[in-house]
Amino acid sequence: GKDPNPIGQTEGSKWQKPRLSRKSLMKCCLVKWIIASTTQQGPGKDSSDSDLELSMVRHQPEGLEQLQAQTQFTRKELQSLYRGFKNECPSGLVDEETFKTIYSQFFPQGDATTYAHFLFNAFDMDRNGSIRFEDFVLGLSVLLRGSVTEKLRWAFNLYDINKDGYITKEEMLAIMTSIYDMMGRCTLPSVRDDSPFEHVEKFFQKMDRNRDGVVTIDEFIETCQKDESIMASMQLFENVI
Amino acid sequence: MATGVAAWLPFARAAAIGWMPVANCPMPVAPRDNSKRQDELIILNVSGRRFQTWRTTLDRYPDTLLGSSEKDFFYNEETKEYFFDRDPDAFRSILNFYRTGKLHYPRHECISAYDEELTFFGIIPEIIGDCCYEEYKDRKRENLERLQDDQEENKDMKLPNMNFRETMWRAFENPHTSTMALVFYYVTGFFIAISVITNVVETVPCGSTANQKDMPCGERYTVAFFCMDTACVMIFTVEYLLRLFAAPSRYRFMRSVMSIIDVVAILPYYIGLVMTNNEDVSGAFVTLRVFRVFRIFKFSRHSQGLRILGYTLKSCASELGFLLFSLTMAIIIFATVMFYAEKGSSSSKFTSIPASFWYTIVTMTTLGYGDMVPKTIAGKIFGSICSLSGVLVIALPVPVIVSNFSRIYHQNQRADKRRAQKVKKARLARIRIAKSGSASAFLLSKRNGVLNELLELKGTDEDEQKLTRSTCLIESQHHHLLHCLEKTTAHEFVDEQMYEQNCLETALQTFPSRSPTISSHDSSVGTCCGCRIKRNTPLPNASTPSTHPIPTHQGPLQELSAIHIQCADPPSQTTTRSNLNLKTDDSSRINCKGGRITTAIISLPTPPALTPDGDGLHGPPQRRPPPAPGLPAAPSIQTTTSSASTNIVKVSAL
Repeated sequence: GKDPNPIGQTEGSKWQKPRLSRKSLMKCCLVKWIIASTTQQGPGKDSSDSDLELSMVRHQPEGLEQLQAQTQFTRKELQSLYRGFKNECPSGLVDEETFKTIYSQFFPQGDATTYAHFLFNAFDMDRNGSIRFEDFVLGLSVLLRGSVTEKLRWAFNLYDINKDGYITKEEMLAIMTSIYDMMGRCTLPSVRDDSPFEHVEKFFQKMDRNRDGVVTIDEFIETCQKDESIMASMQLFENVI
Repeated sequence: MATGVAAWLPFARAAAIGWMPVANCPMPVAPRDNSKRQDELIILNVSGRRFQTWRTTLDRYPDTLLGSSEKDFFYNEETKEYFFDRDPDAFRSILNFYRTGKLHYPRHECISAYDEELTFFGIIPEIIGDCCYEEYKDRKRENLERLQDDQEENKDMKLPNMNFRETMWRAFENPHTSTMALVFYYVTGFFIAISVITNVVETVPCGSTANQKDMPCGERYTVAFFCMDTACVMIFTVEYLLRLFAAPSRYRFMRSVMSIIDVVAILPYYIGLVMTNNEDVSGAFVTLRVFRVFRIFKFSRHSQGLRILGYTLKSCASELGFLLFSLTMAIIIFATVMFYAEKGSSSSKFTSIPASFWYTIVTMTTLGYGDMVPKTIAGKIFGSICSLSGVLVIALPVPVIVSNFSRIYHQNQRADKRRAQKVKKARLARIRIAKSGSASAFLLSKRNGVLNELLELKGTDEDEQKLTRSTCLIESQHHHLLHCLEKTTAHEFVDEQMYEQNCLETALQTFPSRSPTISSHDSSVGTCCGCRIKRNTPLPNASTPSTHPIPTHQGPLQELSAIHIQCADPPSQTTTRSNLNLKTDDSSRINCKGGRITTAIISLPTPPALTPDGDGLHGPPQRRPPPAPGLPAAPSIQTTTSSASTNIVKVSAL
C-alpha cells in the first residue's frame, strides 16, 4: 500500500512531492474502474447488505410524545423503560436470539427458547424479525395498562401462532408444550409426555363452545370473562412498572 | 436471579399474562412493592468524588453491595448520599460494571487493591470480561508467586497420607524435600561427573611404558577404569530402577526423554559385557562406547537451564529449520560459483562442488581455516561476497531463537501455563454455581415461603414486613413468576435429588405391575417417570411445532433414565389409569397451598441444583430411543408416577 502523506511536509517547500494519499488515489480512474469491476458481482446484494447493516446498527425510536399518545404509560415510565431497553440493547433492536437468551435466564431449570420464540412473534407485530422499542412498549402497554379485553386479545394473539384468527389444537399444543418445557425435567409430579396434550384437551373443552375444533376470539373472550379465576389473575401484574 | 437481566424482569412478568387463560389453578399473590418509588438518582460519594446513577442501574445486580440493602449501612442522612471510604479510581470500573454489565480490569491498578475493592463491593472476579480476564489472571498469578516465594519453607511439609512410593517419587522430583533426597541428588550428580571424567581421561595418552609407545590411559589401567565404569553403571542402574518403581505412571515414565537418556547411558556397558569375546563385533562395540557420552545429558536433571535449552531448541524447531535450509541453499549456490570460478586456476583445491562445500561453510561461518583459498580474482570476489552473506544469513534467525529462549526461561520461572486450563475450568464452575444458585434459591425460598404463609396467617403486620424485607424485591418477584408457571402447569419445581428419588420410587413400586401390551409408537415415545426425551410431533396433523427442536437436559443420571426408557408406553392403558390418577391429582391440587406444605415437609436439605447454564440450554437433542420391548430385565414402567406421587403426598399429608 501507499503511505499516507507524511505530516511533516511543509507547505512552503518549492517542489511539492506528489501526494500519494488515499484521496488522490481514489480519483484515479484506473482505481475506480478496478473497484467498480470487483463490486459488479452483486450490486443489489451489496447495497441491500449495507442497508441491512445500517438498519441493524442503530434504530431510533419515535418521539416521546408520540409514544405517550400511543401507549398508556406516563412520560417518566416511558423514560425509565427506554433506559432499561437501551442499556440491554444499545442498537435499539432486539433480535430473536438475544430475546431468547434474555428470557431463558429467568427459567434456569427448563428450556424457555420455544416459548420465547412465540413471545417474540407476539411482540414483533410487523414480523420483521426484530423488536423495536415501539413494539416493546406497545406490547407492555396492553399487558400492564390495558383493559381485560385487550389483554385477552393479546393472549389470543399469542396462542394463534399463524395469526389467522383461530386457535387450533395443534397451535395450542405447541404453546402448551413450550410452557411445559420451561418447567424442565425436575418437577413434582413429573411431567408426563401427554401432560400438555391433556391440558390442551381441558382447555378446548372449556373454550370451544360450538365444538368445531377451533377457538375463535369471541369464544375465547366470552369464556374467559365468565371464569372468575382467570379474570382475577389478569389483574395480577397491574403494578409491575 | 440471573445477573444483568433484572431490567427485563418486569417484561417477563408482564408476558406471564399469556399463561393466565390456560392455567387451571388460581395464581399466587404478587409480592407487594411497598416502596413504590419512581426511579431516582442516587448519589454515591466515594472519598469525596461524587458519582450519580439511577437506582435501577444499581438494582440490576441484587447480590452485590450496591444492589442490595447493604448499602443502607452507608447512607448519610444529612447529605442524603451514600458515602464509601474507598478508592474512587477503582470505584469507576465497579460502577461501570453496573452500567454496562461488563467488569473491566484497569491495567494500572494494583492487583491486590483491586481484589479488595471487588470483595468489598461483593463482586466476584470471575465475571471480569474476556477482554481483561487474561491480564487479571496473569497479574494475580505473579502476585501469588511473589507471595509464595516468601513462604517456601512451609510448602514442603510432608503431606500426611503419602505411601512409600509417592514419597520416593516426590524425593526424586524435588530434591529439597528431605535430606535423603538431597543426598541422593548429590551422589548421582557426583557419579555422573566421575563417569564423564573417566570417559575423557581414558583416551588421554598416559605416558609410555618400557616396551610400547604412548597408549591411552584406558588401555594401561584397564582394570581400574573397568571398576570405575562398573561402579558408575551400577549406581545408574539402581537409580533407574528406583525411579521406575516410584513413577506414578510407569508407561509414561518409560517414554519420557530422561529415562531414554538413562537407558542409553547404561546400555553400552551391558552390551559390552555380553559381547566381549566376539572379535567381529568389537568394532561395533567400540562405537557403542561413544554412547557413553550421553551420560552427560543426565546432568539435565540437575540443571534447569539445560532443560530449558533443550525445550527451547524443540520449540524453535521451525526457526532452526529455516536457518538450516537457508544455509544449505547459500552453501550450494556459493560452492557452485566458487567451483566454476576456480576451475581455471591450476593446483586448485576446489576439485569438485562437494569439495567446495567445505570452503563455503568455513567462510560463511567466518571461520576461515585457510586450508582452501581462492586464487583467481573472480574467486576472491565471490569469496568475499560469500563471507558477507554468511554473516547475514546466520544473524537473522538467531535473535528469534534467543527471544524464544528468554521467553521460555521466564515462563518457566513462574507456574505452568498448563494450570491456566484448570483455572479456566474452575472459573466456569464457579460461574455455574453462582447461576445455579438462582434455581436453588427459588426452591429454598419455596420452603421459606411456607413459613412465610404460616406466619402470615396468624402473624402480625410487623412480622410480615420483616419477612418480606428479608428477601429482596427482585428475588421475590422472580420467584413469584416461577410460582405462576408452576400453577399454570400444575407441576412443581423440585431439585435434582428429589426428582431422582421420585423416579427410583416409581421404578420400584410399579415393577410388579407390568403391562403385557406394548402398543404402537406413533404416539408419545416410551417414557418413564415422565423422563423427557425429544418428542417429534405426537399428532399427525401438527404443522407448526415440528420446526422447533426441543432440547432436553443432560441430567447427571442419564444412564438411569436411559435404562428406564427401554420400555414402551401403552397409551390406552395409561390414559385410563392416568385419568384416575388425574382425579386424585386434582384433588390433591385443589388445595394448592396444602400441596406445597406437604412437599416442604418431605423435602430434603437442598443440594445445589445442577442447572445447565445458558449454553447448556441448547444441549443436543436426544433422538427417540429405539424401543426394546424384549428387555425383561429393565422394569417396564408406565407413566404411573402420579400414583406414586399421590402415595407420597398422602403419606405425608398425615
